[in-house]
Amino acid sequence: MKERLRKLLPILGPFLGLAFVLALFTAIGPEGFLSSYNFRTVATQTVIVGLGALGMTYVIISGGIDLSVGSVIALASVITALVLDAGHDALTACVAGVGTGLACGLVNGLLITQLGIVPFIVTLGMLGIARGLAKYLADEQKVDAPTSWITDLMTKAPEPAWLFFAPGVWLLFALAAVLALVLRSTVFGTHTFAVGSNEATAELCGVRVTRVKVAIYALCGACAGLAGVMQFGRLTVGDPTTAMGKELDIIAAVVIGGGSLAGGEGRILGSLVGAFLMSYLANGCNLIGAPTFIQEILIGCIIIAAVALDRLRHAAR
Amino acid sequence: MPASGRGDVALSMRAVRKSFGPVVALDDVTIEVRAGEVHALVGENGAGKSTLVKILAGVHTPDSGELALAGHPFRPRGPLDALERGVAMIYQELNLAPHLSIEENVLLGREPARCGWLDKRERRARVTRALAVLEHADLDPGERVASLSPGARQLVEIARALVGEPAVLVLDEPTSSLAGDDVERLFRVIGALRERGVAIVYISHFLDELTRIADRYTVLRDGRSVASGAMAGTTVATIVAAMAGRALAEHYPRVPHVPGEVVLELQGLSGRALPYDVDLVLRRGELFGIAGLVGAGRTELLRALFGLDPIRSGRVLLAGVTAEPGSPAARLRQGIGLLSEDRKGEGLAVARSVGFNLTLSRLEPFGRVFSDRRARDECTQGFVDRLGIRCRDPRQRIAELSGGNQQKVALARLLHHDVDVLLLDEPTRGIDVASKVEIYRTLGELAARGKAAILVSSYLPELIGICDTIAVARRGRLGAARPARDWTETALLAEATGAEVVA
Repeated sequence: MKERLRKLLPILGPFLGLAFVLALFTAIGPEGFLSSYNFRTVATQTVIVGLGALGMTYVIISGGIDLSVGSVIALASVITALVLDAGHDALTACVAGVGTGLACGLVNGLLITQLGIVPFIVTLGMLGIARGLAKYLADEQKVDAPTSWITDLMTKAPEPAWLFFAPGVWLLFALAAVLALVLRSTVFGTHTFAVGSNEATAELCGVRVTRVKVAIYALCGACAGLAGVMQFGRLTVGDPTTAMGKELDIIAAVVIGGGSLAGGEGRILGSLVGAFLMSYLANGCNLIGAPTFIQEILIGCIIIAAVALDRLRHAAR
Repeated sequence: MPASGRGDVALSMRAVRKSFGPVVALDDVTIEVRAGEVHALVGENGAGKSTLVKILAGVHTPDSGELALAGHPFRPRGPLDALERGVAMIYQELNLAPHLSIEENVLLGREPARCGWLDKRERRARVTRALAVLEHADLDPGERVASLSPGARQLVEIARALVGEPAVLVLDEPTSSLAGDDVERLFRVIGALRERGVAIVYISHFLDELTRIADRYTVLRDGRSVASGAMAGTTVATIVAAMAGRALAEHYPRVPHVPGEVVLELQGLSGRALPYDVDLVLRRGELFGIAGLVGAGRTELLRALFGLDPIRSGRVLLAGVTAEPGSPAARLRQGIGLLSEDRKGEGLAVARSVGFNLTLSRLEPFGRVFSDRRARDECTQGFVDRLGIRCRDPRQRIAELSGGNQQKVALARLLHHDVDVLLLDEPTRGIDVASKVEIYRTLGELAARGKAAILVSSYLPELIGICDTIAVARRGRLGAARPARDWTETALLAEATGAEVVA
């Protein structure tokens, strides 16, 4: 029984955190916090961080980090807007946005593996490069684009109404399901864990560590690219200054969800719950009219508490 | 199953040479290993054994010379290629991914899969079969490796080597992290593999182990194969002489010393789970040995004593005065020092220099605020000369040193701190014979100068060879201490395993 509980705790942990936040704000009782309309709003607000967190989960499991995702989101949103503005159709624009992210991730992965530079430094560099590139391409202003179905992806009133959530939210859920399955049930998923758990062993066992890493960063980049497309959909413009610092929210979501920065641990579902937890926290603070600094302090406390709980769990063994 | 019959040459290396820049690691090595034999490969650290193993594993490519598997040229392109061609490795350091399960580790890099999707049923079946061959059907293939004991982890490594049904199996110091019964189990598995015609290359520093299990041997010295022959009729002394290039006059040098007054006394010391109710009396100038199986509470006793683990009850007396339970820093001030069994993980900062590591616990002599690096280097050099540490200079990184020399640095730190009581946990594990002898000699000199040491070791001849007093730990308790000359290996083993109930 105790054994079962010990195995369940890391999976339940993020849910308990989410339940705590929900209970907290329900107790304070802002108007409409638990309403379905608010749930829908929060879900839509979670899409950007959630998508970023999916790819980041892979990176963190492999023992790496990607600091560039915030900038890549901005770059992808600008590219999407520019492609639409140039008269191409919406699908092409989406592909261009996701492709931009994929390319950034690929460059990250290649620099990390081929030059042997630690991920922190490479992606810190990419953070600057992608942001600068976005500003250059957008001429340092917001890029307007003709309306298309991309903006419908993030609408709060989806058509048809039975969808309940915005299409972007469903996309997040579907991608999460696929990536969770890939992590559990494919050779690539096992190798992701192996690289993060003990890279030397993975190498000795014939795992193509370089390939696995490049693929992981490319995947993370592509997820950020998709998040960028969604960000464009939400803002209806390509904004080179958007998603500033979002990488930290994304990393926080993964860590709250049970990811270990030392590698070898992390769960897609956990990261998703982590992303929702942060959205609800922001949303709750907004509803009670608390200043943003309260929200920032709370998120900071929750990150530290999540990791501290994780440490306690490990120490208890 | 290996295609060759028993007695055929399964693996041969002829005039193999390998250099790294100006350093020649292997210079003319010739070895023949037959199917169905256990071939012992011996040599001091730095003799070239690990380079040879890495060539077999496909990690390194030789500069010249020929390798052949069952008569066919063998030039592995990488670890996976070597494995697929029938050469499996079990490395000295446990090489497992702790976050993965047993089955994920066993088939890592060779997962049964269709289009990238794992065939989990096939994986479970293959791993279950491999564990059954190892007489360990009790292990759950889904269990995380992090929660396994060292012995069980070793089994996972062996299972990993076996699933490919290798023709050649290389074991590099497989017993250095195992306790008695696990060693016996490993030997049974090796025996079974030999019967099935697998050619086994067995590397170990435990020479008495080799005389038990090996059929033939090859000695490496300074990158050359200098001697080889049948194990039957060969004495340990002959092999040691070939390894060192000289007859080691005394395997266990004894510096005369006489135990004096009591320096440390434990009364009913109990830790969290282990140790339990331990009494111990240590005198100045005494080398006190503790034998016992892994998990008997030997390491835990030293850790509790040194303040790394909590003391639940009992007393520690230093020179007759009760010492409060304290942190490692407090213990060091009281003149107690610990040499960790985990050299790379705990004992040394391997990325830092010899001097950094040696002086870390006591930097005061080099200045209270600013550290005088020259003075530190000079001090370090003194210990380098005294203990015969082989390094370029005091600023060379620990990672570049051999295991034996690393251990000497760890020991030198205690000497530099000038502790009165040395707690030594497996001080000679996995290091070469010459370094061992240096360490034995140093310990003898310390005892002659009135220092005292508690020495935990799994290598019984060493305990009997150098200690004055020995006690056996079993299930957290420490048995009665008796003079070393009254013990035999059999008696120690019997008490450690509880095979014989002493009335």
